[in-house]
Amino acid sequence: MLDFLQHLDRRWIFFLMFIAVAVPLIMGTTFPEVPSDQVMAVFDAVDNLPDGSNVVMALDYDPASQGELQPMASAFARHCAIKKHNIYFMTLWPQGISMIQNSIGILQDEYPETYKGKYGTKYVNLGFRAGNEGVIKLVVEDLKKSYSTDIHGTNLDNIPLTKNLKNIQQVDLLCNVSAGYPGSQEWVLYGSSPFDIPTVVGCTGVQAPIMLPYIPDQLTGMLAAIKGAAEYEQAIINAYPELENNPNAKEGLVRMGPQLVAHLLLISLIFLGNVIYFWERKQGLHQ
Amino acid sequence: MKQSTLIWTILMVAGGAFLLFQASKGNGRVYVREIPVEAQASQPEGEEQVYRWTRYQQVTEAEKGEPDVRFSLSRTLGLWVAAFSTLAIFSFLYGDNPIYKFTESVFVGVSAAYAMVVAFWTEIMTNLYAKLLPGLARITFYPDIDSTARPDYLYLIPLVLSILLLWRLSPKGSWIARWPLAFFIGATAGIRLISYLETDFVGQLQSTVMPFIVFASDGSLLWIKSLRNTIFIVGVVSCMIYFFFSIEHEGVVKYISRLGIWFLMVTFGASFAYTVMGRIALLSGRLVFLFNDWLGI
Repeated sequence: MLDFLQHLDRRWIFFLMFIAVAVPLIMGTTFPEVPSDQVMAVFDAVDNLPDGSNVVMALDYDPASQGELQPMASAFARHCAIKKHNIYFMTLWPQGISMIQNSIGILQDEYPETYKGKYGTKYVNLGFRAGNEGVIKLVVEDLKKSYSTDIHGTNLDNIPLTKNLKNIQQVDLLCNVSAGYPGSQEWVLYGSSPFDIPTVVGCTGVQAPIMLPYIPDQLTGMLAAIKGAAEYEQAIINAYPELENNPNAKEGLVRMGPQLVAHLLLISLIFLGNVIYFWERKQGLHQ
Repeated sequence: MKQSTLIWTILMVAGGAFLLFQASKGNGRVYVREIPVEAQASQPEGEEQVYRWTRYQQVTEAEKGEPDVRFSLSRTLGLWVAAFSTLAIFSFLYGDNPIYKFTESVFVGVSAAYAMVVAFWTEIMTNLYAKLLPGLARITFYPDIDSTARPDYLYLIPLVLSILLLWRLSPKGSWIARWPLAFFIGATAGIRLISYLETDFVGQLQSTVMPFIVFASDGSLLWIKSLRNTIFIVGVVSCMIYFFFSIEHEGVVKYISRLGIWFLMVTFGASFAYTVMGRIALLSGRLVFLFNDWLGI
């Protein structure tokens, strides 16, 4: 048996992983989530603002990270929509434009009474600007130096939401969803920390350990990877039970089922790998 | 035929048959609802104009019989291309193959072209062309530009620097590109230095200054917070000592630096675990697309 495992084709491991992720997804297996303090800090940052506050939503990710980040971006959009916040969308990633469209779709389709036909008065899409952290430095000091028009080419002075907005220090909250550079860390380095802009971020698992030291002094809260997204969704559902019947509001929760099974598989494989290693050492294969 | 090849061939054929079965049931088709949109021109002067167009909202399979819902060929094609592209990329797990290479090249090419086009229209056109030639921009692509806007000649500097950068492509005089490059590197280094000093150095030092023992307002000891602060401070100090090579790691220093290694190992482990979670989330994201959007399972 150990001899068979020693020479196991790695494709069987891929196949097992496929089964471990696919079966819970097909079965729709979900597990109860208890929002952590860190996630509740994000929830409170959005929820404690008065209705109709101004929120910048910087969606710095692309389709390659959509599987991990879309649930939290959707949850941010849904939560802001429930609170009827005014939303300024922007991105530092060229492919982020289509990610913004997903969030705008949620506003228009799920909250038409607040957002349908209210472009410019309830939400605005500033689109993409090249320049990475250079753009952040400009928008926190003078928005119109970097963004003279919105994504449709409309002058920002002709849009009610942006007409009197000098810079994003004037907004009530900055929500960033990020897949890497430029993203959460740059928003903290050039935005939230030097100018004390209340900021919450949602980021990939790879970025999470880098962002943790900024909490709570330089960053209000963070949603770390799909686990953070699922907990945030649960926190929103706890506060607004009407979302319980909306399957789209449980994207992250649904993806936590595969996480559990896949992690169990990984732990088993690590254990098995160690057993084989020590067996080989006993046999004298490792000198 | 090798046994493993036979097993994988059977799995592939079974997967293909399942696909055909699902497709024959009408899955993998996209239906859209036509939503009329109306907008008024935001021009401050002149007559107000009303623009009307149609937006297409994707609907679920259950709504396909409704009167304003219709089958969308273009979106259906897009769905199948996306699904087969996903499978083509997954095929690398079986082994390197031409389909994977083709799809990878298409992805890289499309991403680069998309980024270039978006950057052209959002940066060069709106932030360079419209700033340098506002009058011309107004009558060509941006009718919303203020008619009193005057050219901002400061933007000639980035234009010239950009042209100098392109000089790199020239067989002679490629050294000219070093000047704008030197400017960009110098400016970026300066901007980053200040931010890192302010946020990562001073800010993090401030965050690390915390009491070992924390008391509540009523004078009771907060055990959890005290323990957390202690671990935090001990972790920072021991890791810094591990990277302090000016003194030999002997005696007490050796044990503290070893403790630092343990802290580092835990940090790397947490990082790796987060990465694993992220990768599983990406896989489940693609499978949700394949199962729900494409196969309708």
